[in-house]
Amino acid sequence: MSHPPEEAPFPPGPPPHPLGDPLVRREGREKVTGTARYAAEHTPDGCAYAWPVPATVVRGRITELDTGAALALPGVIAVLTHENAPRLAPTGDPTLALLQEDRVPHRGWYVALAVADTLEAARDAAEAVQVSYATEPHDVTLTADHPRLYVPAEVFGGPGARERGDFDAAFAAAPATVDVTYTVPPLHNHPMEPHAATALWTHGHLTVHDSSQGATRVREDLAALFKLGQDQITVHSEHVGGGFGSKGTPRPQVVLAAMAARHTGRPVKLALPRRHLPAVVGHRAPTLHRVRLGAGPDGVITALAHEIVTHTSTVAEFVEQAAMPARIMYTSPHSRTVHRLAALDVPTPSWMRAPGEAPGMYALESAVDELAVVLDLDPIDLRIRNEPGTEPDTGRPFSSRHLVDCLRAGAARFGWSSRDPRPAVRRQGDLLLGTGVAAATYPVQISATDAEAHAAADGTFRVRVNATDIGTGARTVLAQIAAAALGAPADRVRVEIGSSDLPPAVLAGGSTGTASWGWAVHKACTVLLARLREHRGPLPAEGVTVTEDTRRETEQPSPYSRHAFGAVFAEVQVDTRTGEVRARRLLGQYAAGHILNPRTARSQFVGGMVMGLGMALTEDSALDPVYGDFTARDLAAYHVPACADVPAIEAHWLDEEDPHLNPMGSKGIGEIGIVGTPAAIGNAVWHATGVRLRDLPLTPDRILTARAAPLT
Amino acid sequence: MRPFGYLRVDSVDEAVRAAAGQPGAQFLAGGTNLVDLMKLGVEAPRTLIDVSRLPLDRVEELPDGGLRIGATVRNADLAAAPVVRDRYPVLSQALLAGASGQLRNTATTGGNLLQRTRCGYFQDTAKPCNKREPGSGCPAVDGAHRDLAVLGHSAHCVATQPSDMAVALAALDATVHLHGPEGERTVPATDFHRLPGDSPERDTEIRLGELLTAVELPPPRAGARSRYRKVRDRASFAFALVSVAAVLAVRDGVVVHAALAFGGLAHRPWRARTAEAALHGAPATEEHFARAAAAELAAAAPLRDNGFKVPLAQSLAVGVLTELADRADRAGRADNG
Repeated sequence: MSHPPEEAPFPPGPPPHPLGDPLVRREGREKVTGTARYAAEHTPDGCAYAWPVPATVVRGRITELDTGAALALPGVIAVLTHENAPRLAPTGDPTLALLQEDRVPHRGWYVALAVADTLEAARDAAEAVQVSYATEPHDVTLTADHPRLYVPAEVFGGPGARERGDFDAAFAAAPATVDVTYTVPPLHNHPMEPHAATALWTHGHLTVHDSSQGATRVREDLAALFKLGQDQITVHSEHVGGGFGSKGTPRPQVVLAAMAARHTGRPVKLALPRRHLPAVVGHRAPTLHRVRLGAGPDGVITALAHEIVTHTSTVAEFVEQAAMPARIMYTSPHSRTVHRLAALDVPTPSWMRAPGEAPGMYALESAVDELAVVLDLDPIDLRIRNEPGTEPDTGRPFSSRHLVDCLRAGAARFGWSSRDPRPAVRRQGDLLLGTGVAAATYPVQISATDAEAHAAADGTFRVRVNATDIGTGARTVLAQIAAAALGAPADRVRVEIGSSDLPPAVLAGGSTGTASWGWAVHKACTVLLARLREHRGPLPAEGVTVTEDTRRETEQPSPYSRHAFGAVFAEVQVDTRTGEVRARRLLGQYAAGHILNPRTARSQFVGGMVMGLGMALTEDSALDPVYGDFTARDLAAYHVPACADVPAIEAHWLDEEDPHLNPMGSKGIGEIGIVGTPAAIGNAVWHATGVRLRDLPLTPDRILTARAAPLT
Repeated sequence: MRPFGYLRVDSVDEAVRAAAGQPGAQFLAGGTNLVDLMKLGVEAPRTLIDVSRLPLDRVEELPDGGLRIGATVRNADLAAAPVVRDRYPVLSQALLAGASGQLRNTATTGGNLLQRTRCGYFQDTAKPCNKREPGSGCPAVDGAHRDLAVLGHSAHCVATQPSDMAVALAALDATVHLHGPEGERTVPATDFHRLPGDSPERDTEIRLGELLTAVELPPPRAGARSRYRKVRDRASFAFALVSVAAVLAVRDGVVVHAALAFGGLAHRPWRARTAEAALHGAPATEEHFARAAAAELAAAAPLRDNGFKVPLAQSLAVGVLTELADRADRAGRADNG
């Protein structure tokens, strides 16, 4: 079991203590004044620059690689290819087996790396590398009946397919049903800071600055790839300009930079060009959903099936676990949840903010809205009628579940009670207006982390843990946790994060960071405080240092089903003349344990909701069936929402008591904002127009086409 | 490194002389498109002749009541110029519908007119493109072409002209002033951009070595109202799926002047002469607007995935014309009241 906090209530006693205070980000000034240095902003003496060469075929083998012209250019130091690059040991991640063989598994796969004295020379050399290929027929097009579909044995710890009860019989017997399909296209994370690394070898020791969500994992993988001891590698990820999952595990830049530095004997800097990113750092795989819901006249769901079809690459299996939320959301005595995927000649998909939950809850929450229409029930009421007492799939009790409270509180704030449920009746000139609601959920996960707490003789403290700040305010919230544990003001606590030389920690991903790091920090600080209380007399000059880890606390699975929940409300306008959909208002109401810093938390909720709005309305990474690549490869073509798209967004939360989480009582908040928002917007579009659109994004062409030939 | 020369010039004559003497030279102004294309390897000038400091940065009222816009006037400055906002609102609206604030602060009038298509195949040197590499083919015809042309395209090219400003200039009957080795000449804005035909590598009628020096607008049409409206995938910072620039004058419920141009539909701003002919003398009603727009768009030949543009253009044009007619009607009633 997961150990509840052993020490008595935390934080100790009522305020004042800094947990829950809206402290400003500690590195905010450095960031806005440009002094915070990112991975590509470190330039060791003698630094060389690298530029990769992407494959220009979809599938095949390299038959000839001519680097002569490239090497003859001024300033060019080397061109690494599969013929001369350092050999890498295999790891669990085949996307990192770079320049090791002649196979091209997808367009954009790196086939060479030019290294030169300047960035411009490296780019020029990369363009001068001549590559010939033997091509093979390719297939990048996912269909619901693709012949190569299979059910994966396991999807992130759960079965790929799951049956409970007798779905077919229950669905056939249900008086009210929906049987609908939805599609979500491939999507891209596109963090502002591109994937970049600077690598330097000194006397057999590898030092890298990498734009990563977790330097501990980067060090582990580099050690395996280059057959080094962990103590021979240092990875710094001091500041990271966003990742959204695409920097969760090591990506090609850090491996290529380290290879090039070893090969040339020079420090090497590599920032992947924006237009390369879609093919080499991961994407959210497309998902084709079929959702079937069967309910009684009372609205209680008796049968629930969520089946998804998705793709992976031929390089590695990655499953967008979009049918997972259907296992925990609603009463469903008879249930079928299935993932099927086909390995196509596409770039390898990976994590993107709320993998699984974001597309899965889009489909499920849209289908629930459709069921409410069939039953003529308010969609909030329908959800309340299907609120389960225990987790439907396992029967485990929820550690806390305040979805109904979120729906009610959000409805009150949003003004839901005055809503006329009829679609297509609110007109202002050419505009049709509508509102929609959807639920959100995201699981609580916690991983073992080490942390060190130090009391200095001068009365200040220092906390060290290899956490990563990807823009969330990690330093700030860890200082708050430490200060609360120590009973000290936060400004007396210094926090060191972002280096593998610090005690190892889990990456910033899966909404696990603050809980995992914070627990270790809390534990180290609590032990330190006890040590200080025992101490008599002044502290020694070197102070007192304590290192603790949370292996014991986190190794056993919890007997509880642990999830954050929320409700998202959207008001949209649909221009009947142009098909343009704009969100007028978004309101998210969340229950995610204790909120440790309302300022930085709000930023995460709102950021997630904006990303969900992009998923609903603007973002689309289609694959070109002929050329096998993503057609939108820059930020002009890949439409993340602009400020004008998001006029009014509010995030609110309930202060949720949950003793089964961690000493802070917190759930992760990095991802839940994106969950639910797409369905809330889609449901609002239905309410505005009376037309149900089931393929994201809801761009003007789709709205106009659907309105011209009304759907049911 | 791919070296190129950089030359800063102080006069139009000097610029033109420099270009004539330097094969592979291109003029550089704001650089918001050219520099991007150089980074992509689409453009590889041997010399950049920086014309951004030429004395072409003024918006001047002409004795005949028209307006002369220097080629290096920044988009943001032009959009904000009171004379443009008051007398040519369609132009100000079109400028503000384009790009982002940062880009508009840098991009110039001349550069805006000469920007290249955003077709994805044109921007990717690893793929064929007749515009970039004549004779290599056009993958967009059967490929990713949702955003591309439905009018005036050819088997060789289905690209669209991306400028919003150009659409407004076409509707305003602007003239483009060019200065080349053989002297000065003018080209009507409606003819400045070409249709692709079998030579899509040529976007415009500009000749080798010619410098775009100014755009001139005729005096605003008495009693006319104008409007630019753009439909795009997000609320800001996206190219037009379809846009409409319209100038309309109505007297006693009858159209006495109509100028209509579409953006996002073709390789040039699409001046809708057929629709205009149908509108002239017709009642200013939604029904007649719809009939006129349909007559224009009858020539559309959409590709597999961009058929939506035709009804969108129809609906947008009708909406804009109706709005302008309503405003004229209200103003007329106010005058009479």
